[in-house]
Amino acid sequence: MPPLVVDVRDLRTHLVTRWGTVKAVDGVSFALGEGETLGLVGESGSGKSMTCLSLVRLVPRSAARALGGQVLLDGEDLLAKTEAEMQKIRGRRIAMILQDPMSSLNPVFSIGMQMREPVALYHGLRGRALTARAAELLAAVRIPSPAQRLRSFPHQLSGGMRQRVVGAMAIAAPPRLLIADEPTTSLDLTIQSQYLGLLTELQERHRFALIFVTHNLGIVAKMCDRVAVMYAGRIVETGPVRRLLTRPAHPYTRALLESIPRLGTRSERLTAIEGQPPDLARLPRGCAFAARCPSVMDRCRAEAPPEIAVEPGHWTRCWLEMPASGTASSGAPA
Amino acid sequence: MLRFIAARLLQSLVALVIISVVVFALARATGDPLYLILPMSASQEDFDNARRYLGLDRPYVEQYLSFVGRAVTGDFGTSLRARRPVGELIGERLPNSLKLAAFAMGVSLAMAFPLGIMAAVKKGTALDRTAQIVSVLGQSLPTFWVAILLVEFVAGRWQWLPAGGIGGFTSYILPGFTLGWFVVAGLMRLLRSGMLEVLDSEYVKLARVKGVDERRVIWMHALRNALIPVVTFAGIYFAILVTTAIVVETVFAWPGLGRLAYEGISSRDFPVIQAVVLTTAAIVAVVNLCVDCLYAMIDPRIRYAR
Amino acid sequence: MPAEPTALAGPEPDMVAVRTSRAWRLPVFPLSVIAIFLALAVVAPLLGLPDPHEQSLRRRFKPPGWEEAGSWTHPLGTDRLGRDLLSRIVWGSRVSIAAGVVTVLLASAFGAAVGLAAGYYGGRVDAVLMRITDATMSFPVILLALILAVTAGPSFTNVVVAIAVVLWARYARVVRGQVLTLMQLDFVAQARIAGAGAWRIITRHLLPNTLGTLLVLVTLQIGYVIIVEASLSFLGAGIPPPTPAWGSMIAEGRDVVTSAWWVSLFPGLAILLVVLAFNLLGDWLRDTFDPKLRQL
Repeated sequence: MPPLVVDVRDLRTHLVTRWGTVKAVDGVSFALGEGETLGLVGESGSGKSMTCLSLVRLVPRSAARALGGQVLLDGEDLLAKTEAEMQKIRGRRIAMILQDPMSSLNPVFSIGMQMREPVALYHGLRGRALTARAAELLAAVRIPSPAQRLRSFPHQLSGGMRQRVVGAMAIAAPPRLLIADEPTTSLDLTIQSQYLGLLTELQERHRFALIFVTHNLGIVAKMCDRVAVMYAGRIVETGPVRRLLTRPAHPYTRALLESIPRLGTRSERLTAIEGQPPDLARLPRGCAFAARCPSVMDRCRAEAPPEIAVEPGHWTRCWLEMPASGTASSGAPA
Repeated sequence: MLRFIAARLLQSLVALVIISVVVFALARATGDPLYLILPMSASQEDFDNARRYLGLDRPYVEQYLSFVGRAVTGDFGTSLRARRPVGELIGERLPNSLKLAAFAMGVSLAMAFPLGIMAAVKKGTALDRTAQIVSVLGQSLPTFWVAILLVEFVAGRWQWLPAGGIGGFTSYILPGFTLGWFVVAGLMRLLRSGMLEVLDSEYVKLARVKGVDERRVIWMHALRNALIPVVTFAGIYFAILVTTAIVVETVFAWPGLGRLAYEGISSRDFPVIQAVVLTTAAIVAVVNLCVDCLYAMIDPRIRYAR
Repeated sequence: MPAEPTALAGPEPDMVAVRTSRAWRLPVFPLSVIAIFLALAVVAPLLGLPDPHEQSLRRRFKPPGWEEAGSWTHPLGTDRLGRDLLSRIVWGSRVSIAAGVVTVLLASAFGAAVGLAAGYYGGRVDAVLMRITDATMSFPVILLALILAVTAGPSFTNVVVAIAVVLWARYARVVRGQVLTLMQLDFVAQARIAGAGAWRIITRHLLPNTLGTLLVLVTLQIGYVIIVEASLSFLGAGIPPPTPAWGSMIAEGRDVVTSAWWVSLFPGLAILLVVLAFNLLGDWLRDTFDPKLRQL
């Protein structure tokens, strides 16, 4: 088994707000090796983005927060690092691409300046060498006339181009782990597949681990090796992509797949999942999905299910998968 | 960029022209302007002579043009009270006002910037709350009232600082502080709200994700954007500064343009008032032009818009 | 289940729990202050106060009631001409508040009209109107007031006109910004398709949506106008004597601040209270209804 780049163990992020303690991330665990891609799937508010921010320890400042668990990057626990150490890690060993290219780039600085800054920071280059390297990075993300582009400003570029620039900044180091938080959601459909192709190419070249956050299962099918489905701050199912999409174990995953309209089938209505996601400040005692689950049992409401293995490398938090013997196999992800 | 400057210059000129027309018209609209220009002791013959000499029997347009022509060369007529050319008076007083204004602006900026930015960065702390209280109070206190109290107590009773008149460095402190107070309050509030908004933005988040040093994130990435609304209001604040200056100079007996205006009011010295208004309007226009250019320098979206 | 996670040293050391937002607490202080002053202003004639114009050389410079030399017939003392200070302050509130309200109403009505037109018609109309607005916005109010004072003589009307002529520009800018945003929304396009004319769209669709912002701005500006009016009166370019006006009262007490401190102090306090109340109220309104206006 290849060495793990990132190994997240029981990550928790709790925010103290005036409405109570919001358990945004409540016991998330996964692991990725070099060149592997994990798809992080879920509705809005499921905790996907908060998980990503917790990995780089940039949880929003406006509330008191507590972080627990372990985040091992090449064996080192990020949650035990000081802020100064984290600053050295951000951008260099972990990079991130945010969702909206319109707002991720600083409108008052040129592209060149925003590209030069990380390169100077990570590699200590100056002057012409710095500019050359910045242009190289732009070329690597297939931006035409990179040298001229350095002088442009964000408002002069299209959405797709901007997202490429953000991508170029992300691979400046290059990083060990790249987190892409819904990078194509704001792009036009035609640009989307171009961008995904670009990401794949970059990953092959630099061999970073990729966490791809999305709510689009189609992209997951195309891009990812493994999938983790999140609900109410927890991973409710995770496994190899093909396996999970063809034989999902958790009712929520099943519902997500069913809600995708398919060509060729003749259904009168679109299937939607009934109900609303729970209030993260007031989570129920049992399984968080119990209120909306078509296969709910009494046990689900009473007790939250632990991680239960379905097959090696594929586990889920659902009492339905509980083997008859009553004991769950080890819940540790492969 | 040059097109931008040219356009704004034109706009300023237009504004100045409009103001001069207003001044010109008001003097004539509210009665015979000669009453405003000649001293009370003038005889009927003086009136007739003056009328011919000043060309007041000519058509209005001609009058206006000669009025403008003279103003541009610095001939604003003669002060009724001082019996001296007004242009001279202005020449004497203007530098004093500028010095005081510069001092006040310097102090205001030096205070408002760190306070406003830190209040946003340390939101919710005691520093933030103090800053907010200072800001609200600052915008609610009538300057002249504070000025009077300061003169009497700090300068009069306790004798810590000079009461007025222009002199060494210490004489700048009380009037400068009083003058800048309102601006500090407003600027601080603008900076704070601007920074709060910017600190929440996606591009600041990305800068942090990139591993940029937090100080650089605040003072470069965030501040540059937060300055945009501040610069937008800078012109207005300068106008407020001018307004307040008249009062402050009066209370502190500062021999500047503002005090000249007050003296002109009390003695109904129209040529003086007219000249002060025009000069001040010109200065305000120049300052606004600079502010606009500054705005374009900071925000490239303005520069490359058209 | 592992134990509750412990807090780690994160990007900042202050684990300040978010306190109750200001927005949810009614601004009792400002509202009561404004209510009191408004009430005083309205019922001033009925209060049975001593005549604010009545002079008496015998009673000049009497200190406030609680001082040794003072008496409670003049609770806040008397001024240079023996006029009762409390009464003058109460009567002065009529002038100040009236000036504030009338000016702001005029300026906002005119400014809103300009802003609506500029936002709705766009193009060259917008460009021209905005040029004028910008030029006006940074004109020092006092200069206009000075000219008016010297040419037409100081009066209430002149003060209102002088301030309003410069103040409207602020409203125009803000309203225009709002209208531009509203125009992007579908309901305007729908109204147009349905055949509604400009007047109808402006009055029935755009205007109601800007009223909230206008209210905030108006409240915030009243305080400022009151200060400007007081400054003008202080300089002698505002409300002329013998009408009691807080600004001129302060000016009158200027020379005797050390000895007869009450003459300048109390009118100043009145201004401070009223303006503070309006500012706080305006802040609350803004935080509650339209936080995007934070910059105002």
